[in-house]
Amino acid sequence: MGSGRSELGMSPVIRIRDLCKTYVVTEREPGVGAALRSLLHRRTRETPAVERVSFALAPGEVVGFIGPNGAGKTTTLKMLSGLLHPTSGEVSVLGYVPWKREKAFLRQITLLMGQRNQLVWDIPAADSFELNRAIYRIPAADFRRTVDELTDLLELGPLLRKPVRNLSLGERMKCEVAAALLHRPQVVFLDEPTIGLDVTMQRRIRAFLAEYNRRCGATILLTSHYMADVEALCRRVIVIHRGQLLFDGDLSDLVRRFTAHKTIVVQLGESHLDLRGYGEVVSALDGAVTLRVPKAETARVTGRLLAELPVIDLTVEDPPIEEVIERVFAQEIP
Amino acid sequence: MRGLADIYAQQFRITLASFLQYRASIFIWMIGGILEPVIYLAVWSVVSRSRGGSVGGFRAEDFAAYFIAMMLVNHLTYTWIIYEFEYRIRQGSLSMALLRPLHPIHSDIVDNVTSKLISMPLLAGTALLLTLLFRPAFHLSLWALAAFVPALLLAFAVRFLIEWTLALAAFWTVRVSAINQGYFVVLLFLSGQMAPLSLFPEPLQMAAAILPFRWILSFPVELLLGRLTPVETLAGLAILLGWLAAALIGLMATWRAGVRIYSAVGA
Repeated sequence: MGSGRSELGMSPVIRIRDLCKTYVVTEREPGVGAALRSLLHRRTRETPAVERVSFALAPGEVVGFIGPNGAGKTTTLKMLSGLLHPTSGEVSVLGYVPWKREKAFLRQITLLMGQRNQLVWDIPAADSFELNRAIYRIPAADFRRTVDELTDLLELGPLLRKPVRNLSLGERMKCEVAAALLHRPQVVFLDEPTIGLDVTMQRRIRAFLAEYNRRCGATILLTSHYMADVEALCRRVIVIHRGQLLFDGDLSDLVRRFTAHKTIVVQLGESHLDLRGYGEVVSALDGAVTLRVPKAETARVTGRLLAELPVIDLTVEDPPIEEVIERVFAQEIP
Repeated sequence: MRGLADIYAQQFRITLASFLQYRASIFIWMIGGILEPVIYLAVWSVVSRSRGGSVGGFRAEDFAAYFIAMMLVNHLTYTWIIYEFEYRIRQGSLSMALLRPLHPIHSDIVDNVTSKLISMPLLAGTALLLTLLFRPAFHLSLWALAAFVPALLLAFAVRFLIEWTLALAAFWTVRVSAINQGYFVVLLFLSGQMAPLSLFPEPLQMAAAILPFRWILSFPVELLLGRLTPVETLAGLAILLGWLAAALIGLMATWRAGVRIYSAVGA
């Protein structure tokens, strides 16, 4: 059944090498004349969406896949889940070639997209769950246990009996997450799973995903624009920009590598001191001053601050992760 | 097989529950399907009376029988898949369906069969009412009635597969509605929906018989009207079986090619 299924224990669950996807798009100028011309001669342009991306994920890893809109994240996830045929390169997930979409492969993965839904709109989620049970051939006892577990973890209780259209966005998302995991997939692709949700709900989904990973040992690849998702769930991040891999490693390394600055917050005994001589003043409020200084200068500036000013408290911090990411994408730093 | 039966049972429950939420729209939608043959029936009855009681061997009561039977057969073989497929692709639900370890055609089979079951009482009631109003002349024999069941099932299967295949045009072009329109116009004429095929010029009759159109609508109707001999009936069933095989092969090939295109350009 499996095409060259790997039996080695710790060999990667997901492996892609030199993966490329180029879309061919038809182009035309606006206007009637251009419309008529395009009937005779279609002008096409090749748009590379993913260019020579390589990475591998070990079993049980939770990896954040980040990049701005149009970076190629969703395209990559679609190639990994079998929806898209790569233009070139190799993809292997659980030893299968995804685009062949073998049933044995599909039964072990899930792709959850925050912007799309699989639950039937007009009926309670519990009925959609039953359909998934049948489609994924989940044994009745396993099914009941999983539903109970998910109901408990996600607090689904009364939601399952209401027609899906009567649920709030957050409630619906919780049900979508549950529906996507009923068959206990070994590989989980999440594309913006918390999009549009409020902070509490985001946190709940995050905590749940961490717990799912712990209990099932599933490998998770997650894209999100909320860095809080990535920080909470992933030690490792893969950064992609304009279709190319920019970074693959620990989140802390990313911060180290892409930040040339540190943030120093000083609490002073006097409130009207001018600190512009020490670094760039980001904010100054009631004697609490936030300074941005070049990384290499941090020790020297800190020493000077402590020696020269009435400092009550001083902390040195990395800039917020959002800021780091913003800089990565702006290519401010080589 | 048991797995598939389970899937069908669950899908049936879901489809039934969804449909029941839209009772009113199903009712309104059915009125259109009922009204059309009634209009043809009325027009042709007037024409036959003005022509001294008969047109091409059809008297007013024969037309009544013909269009009542046509209403039944058309309704029981009708699908709306061509309208839906384009939407599924554009809105992305097809992608979600492709990620499941099940061919998406299965849920359409259940949807279509369920809708027929739901509308059956209304359809039967309408047929009865029209029978009382127009006094049709059915010449039913027991064997023809027995043969009608497999003829109807085969006609539905062939029509379903053909229309499902045509719907796949959405993989190649965004202008599916033009293809649909073309198909429905040809179907309207060549399947006998507007008038019995025997009233058509010879070449059109031939075209209808060579193509699947006569077999998916007119043939079961002719059978119900007692206009076919046992030999003609058997031949018709054999032709339907042939079309079933051809449609199945066509569907599988088109599906494979379509999904390849879909997954190349951006599912």
